[in-house]
Amino acid sequence: MGDIVMNRTNSSRYEMRVQEAYQAHKESGAPTYILGIETSCDETSASVVRDGREVLSNVIASQADIHKRFGGVVPEVASRRHVENITLTIEEALAEAGKTLSDIQAIAVTYGPGLVGALLVGVAAAKAVSLARGIPLIGVHHIAGHIYANRLVEEMDFPLIALVVSGGHTELVWMKGHGQFEILGETRDDAAGEAYDKVARALNLPYPGGPHIDRLAHEGEPNVPLPRSWLEPGSYDFSFSGLKSAVLNTLHNAAQRGESIEPANLAASFQDSVTEVLVEKTLRAVREYGAKQVLLAGGVAANRGLRDRLQERCKAEGVPLVIPPFSLCTDNAAMIAAAGYIKYEKGQFAKLDLNGVPGLSLTEQ
Amino acid sequence: MRLLSIDTSNLVLSVAVVEEERVLAEMTTNQQKNHSIRLMDCVSELLDTTGTLPEQLSGLGVANGPGSYTGVRIGVASAKSMAWSLNIPVIGISSLQVVAMNALGFPGMIVPLFDARRGQVYTGCYRTDGMESVRACENEKIILLEEWLPHLRDQAQGEAILFLGEDVRIHKEAIVQALGEQAKFASPAANHPRAAHIGYLAMKKLQDGTNAHELVPEYLQLAEAEAKWLAQKQEGLVKE
Ligand SMILES: [Zn+2]
Repeated sequence: MGDIVMNRTNSSRYEMRVQEAYQAHKESGAPTYILGIETSCDETSASVVRDGREVLSNVIASQADIHKRFGGVVPEVASRRHVENITLTIEEALAEAGKTLSDIQAIAVTYGPGLVGALLVGVAAAKAVSLARGIPLIGVHHIAGHIYANRLVEEMDFPLIALVVSGGHTELVWMKGHGQFEILGETRDDAAGEAYDKVARALNLPYPGGPHIDRLAHEGEPNVPLPRSWLEPGSYDFSFSGLKSAVLNTLHNAAQRGESIEPANLAASFQDSVTEVLVEKTLRAVREYGAKQVLLAGGVAANRGLRDRLQERCKAEGVPLVIPPFSLCTDNAAMIAAAGYIKYEKGQFAKLDLNGVPGLSLTEQ
Repeated sequence: MRLLSIDTSNLVLSVAVVEEERVLAEMTTNQQKNHSIRLMDCVSELLDTTGTLPEQLSGLGVANGPGSYTGVRIGVASAKSMAWSLNIPVIGISSLQVVAMNALGFPGMIVPLFDARRGQVYTGCYRTDGMESVRACENEKIILLEEWLPHLRDQAQGEAILFLGEDVRIHKEAIVQALGEQAKFASPAANHPRAAHIGYLAMKKLQDGTNAHELVPEYLQLAEAEAKWLAQKQEGLVKE
């Protein structure tokens, strides 16, 4: 009892307003509308999601065209665009959802991992809105967001395995329940998406290279011998730098001999190697851990070669697979709001000293 | 009318709550700690101290650069998001002008400057307008200090030139070498930006009613990658 009184007098007006708003809303039993904000890389995104499942709006101000000219994302340029776009994007998300800030119960924002300068813009904006309106602030891990994009499509069935593949991440995640993440394996060098971009560059394909390799792979035969990086027996980790070097060497050696390699065949062989390792390790984890569901998450989930192969193998294994539509696979704020909802239900709110953490860990968030 | 004002554009963090004729509270620290971590806690504390609810604010003022890119962005992103949430105007004030305000009444040229690396400074030139405000005598810029100092000597025509800002100490030797006795330096407190000045300047411009969406930082220079790309484009090396 004494503790409660002490806490009350020491709390800021902001903290008291947040608690009051939270309690009142919980007692009302009314639906929960969360405003999500995502600025970890080159997309400024805001979204309104109802009860963690239903997307009312998902606005993405993409900077892809700007960064294309630099051949990759330039952090300083990305951060500048985020500041220009942030309030407009939030306003659009509310308008599209037919809501105003008064209808919103909490602000969920990506606070890592990502580009620090880019993260800071979203975090600053989220904190400012939270303070101004006296509503809870929720810090969300970007990968948790990618995983929770699946819940916007289908309810999660625990325990489950999530394969997260994007430009910056390759992770195999084990989940026993909501908000519980255990990393079974991750990349030791390049992320799968990075390897795609580098191979695409070697084949003179435009940036970002992933979709181009995927398209090309479907026109070719996987007849160029390339290594599979299984690492030591039992490991769920990944490594793609050796494969990337093998592709570059193959191109180089062929050029030296004055031969030419059909780019479509090389793309198909590269894709075959990447997807085989990703899919087989996922299925091995499913068997070992007894998963009831497999989730595919992250930007590379849009890759047709990976989707097809995973679908086929999960079907054979008799385990349900969930793959979100393309718009929810790439970086977006709806997934952040969806992941934020779990923390909202548990009352896990961030304080106003929330910071952007470029190397944030999924298990310690 | 109550205004909240913020400066995180350089190493100093300053926050104030002001009314038309009075400064109600101001907090200024030079701890070089992370503005991202501290800014909103300081704002919350200052609002509580002055008994101000966010919805009682009539406007916001923020130093919108030049300065550290990240620092400027934290201030601007916070201020515009807060103003947008509360549906109130937000006014951007030059980070250099804020420092120049510390020299109100100085009879000569007032030159605030921030280090911009590689011998360059972000700087401007101000003169005092009575005891209320300072007005710019030329556009703010990023310039090599070794070019800026002779230019100032020509403009000042023998008048005293007061250099202000935390980074002045880095360049003091070069300044004295170029300008000798003509160069003046201030007591340490005058080198810090004070958010109360921002609040005062913003209050006067409040009718201009800047829309939150339109507030952007004034970096005074392009991002390096953009500058390179533009240069290549001018040489016809790249296409749009
Ligand atoms: Zn992502």
